[in-house]
Amino acid sequence: MTKRVLMKGNEVIAEAAVRAGCRHYFGYPITPQTEIMHYMARRMPEVSGTILQAESEVAAINMVYGAAAAGARVMTTSSSPGISLKQEGFSYIAGAELPAVVVNIVRTGPGLGGILPAQGDYFQATKGGGHGDYRNIVLAPASIQELYELTVEAFNLADKYRNLVMILGDGTLGQMMEPVAFRDEESIETVAKDWAVSGRQGRKEHNEITSIYINPDIMEALNNKLQAKYREIEKNEVRVEVLQCEDAEIVITAFGIASRICRNVIRQARAEGIKVGMIRPITLWPFPSKTISAVASIESVSSFLTVELNAGQMVEDVRLAVNGSKPVEFYGRMGGNLPSQKEILEKIRTMAGK
Amino acid sequence: MEKVFSRTEGLLDKPMHYCPGCTHGIIHRLIAEAMCELDILEETIGVSPVGCTYNNYEYFACDMVQASHGRAPAVGTGIKRVHPERMVFTYQGDGDLAAIGTAEIVHAAARGEKISTFFVNNAIYGMTSGQMAPTTLIGQKTTTSPFGRDPQVQGYPINVSEMIATLEGAVYVERVSVSSFKDIKNAAKAIRKAFRVQQAGLGFSMVEILSTCPTNWGIDPVGAIEWLEENMKKKYPLGVFRGKDLEV
Amino acid sequence: MAKVEFREERCKGCGLCVAVCPKKIISLKTTVLNSKGYHPAGVEEMDKCIGCTMCATICPDNVIEVWK
Repeated sequence: MTKRVLMKGNEVIAEAAVRAGCRHYFGYPITPQTEIMHYMARRMPEVSGTILQAESEVAAINMVYGAAAAGARVMTTSSSPGISLKQEGFSYIAGAELPAVVVNIVRTGPGLGGILPAQGDYFQATKGGGHGDYRNIVLAPASIQELYELTVEAFNLADKYRNLVMILGDGTLGQMMEPVAFRDEESIETVAKDWAVSGRQGRKEHNEITSIYINPDIMEALNNKLQAKYREIEKNEVRVEVLQCEDAEIVITAFGIASRICRNVIRQARAEGIKVGMIRPITLWPFPSKTISAVASIESVSSFLTVELNAGQMVEDVRLAVNGSKPVEFYGRMGGNLPSQKEILEKIRTMAGK
Repeated sequence: MEKVFSRTEGLLDKPMHYCPGCTHGIIHRLIAEAMCELDILEETIGVSPVGCTYNNYEYFACDMVQASHGRAPAVGTGIKRVHPERMVFTYQGDGDLAAIGTAEIVHAAARGEKISTFFVNNAIYGMTSGQMAPTTLIGQKTTTSPFGRDPQVQGYPINVSEMIATLEGAVYVERVSVSSFKDIKNAAKAIRKAFRVQQAGLGFSMVEILSTCPTNWGIDPVGAIEWLEENMKKKYPLGVFRGKDLEV
Repeated sequence: MAKVEFREERCKGCGLCVAVCPKKIISLKTTVLNSKGYHPAGVEEMDKCIGCTMCATICPDNVIEVWK
């Protein structure tokens, strides 16, 4: 590890992408993630890369589609309203099985909403957003160091599975500064992209990248192939942090910045004699259902509390995983407001009957 | 005897799905022949649109990518930025390019993106069964303008080439037709020139090609050619709108 | 001496070649159907062909090849 440097989350995403071998970035300005583009505008020329400010989010994601089809490591970044515009492109990327990395630094909604942090895009990120049966791998970092490491990892996962990988952050993560230690060398897992379009150059057959299949049998076969890939990802790529659950009475589930707040709450609650643990999904899809289900079967665990910056989205997946074996409660704040440690602790005291 | 007209190797030898007399087939052949003549077939990546030609990636012998509706110039931009040494073309119809994809074509042209666009204007939506296009003529009957296009209701047709030609990045813009032997020869020349402009790295090039849609116009193929000659050429005059003196 | 060859299976009987032929020697074979159900185009009096390539040039379906 090299020495630690103090950097803003958005800039770390850009630097991590460059270190991961991303040489093509297409974006459109939107708060609170535009610093990624500012950083890229200066950094990409140093590595002979491409940074292009597109005419819209729609154009940007289609430039990503083209660059990914051409075999490049490519990224676009945006925030909630912009991500909505990109959904059509996500669906095509899924259908054509192209590797791409997308960052969503979530702001509040619905509509134009506000520019402050939120987690209201959980449903959109994990359940689709575009049309058709497809899945994006969704990574939810909770610190700047993890933001760096997961951004590098996102490019490896995208190439490995020919799949879109989304980093789901929020305004806090994008805007805050923390020390980050960059590795001297990144582990870039290169894969052969013999399917990519690069001009035939002596290749016997031409390559086609497409997502349209008029014949129902071929269309169904493609869907079956995609589903098999998704099952494989579910088997191999679940990432989750389990914190002090062995003896817990109450288990918090939270991701991203919400989990940061809850981490301190655990300490405070335990000082008061309430044994609290936490499960922090790092991959929101594939979701760590098995881990949650296993923790739910621990005898000491009496209930769950999901904390989010929304009206209750991930809590639905937690409830599916717990499957009625223990009660699952929810606490959330919206509109760009963060829940305070005091508020969460109060909720825990009530749940513990204290 | 010597063979004076052979099938081009730029197209894969399979039957095309277009309706009888549809001139897309001619335009496909001209693009394929141009790639062979310029010896760029193995250097080229084409982008297919949404519309009747959505699957022309199955016909061209070069590498091909299918794009979402109207976004071919953005997809082409992504490809070209990854492979600047390769040739990239988009094939787009009037719904794809002049309605849903206006932002993408305008900005690709304005950036001087080094790609070539072949824009097929047949004044109607073919694939979805004959709806009004941005290029549908005043008075022309379509399934969504059954009483004829009325400018007070449906607005006016767009002269795309004239509009794109106002942009600095668009260095070569020409409108051609495939409605006669002579027009087809000129169209072939224009398509070759568009590729050469790209090869020379000069900027964005576009050839608009007037085309027929016998099925949705409700006219037999030979009558459709006559309708194009009499009506479309008046509204959409042939000619070079940008890059007349370009030597490539 | 010139000749044209029609790949009848690919012909959709659109008649563009019939209309464009300066010698008016191309016609649709109304007694023949190809497997797609079209009357394919063909030439009866091949000795009148001048090998001008106009028919092949306007054919949308790559049916025609020309020798001269």
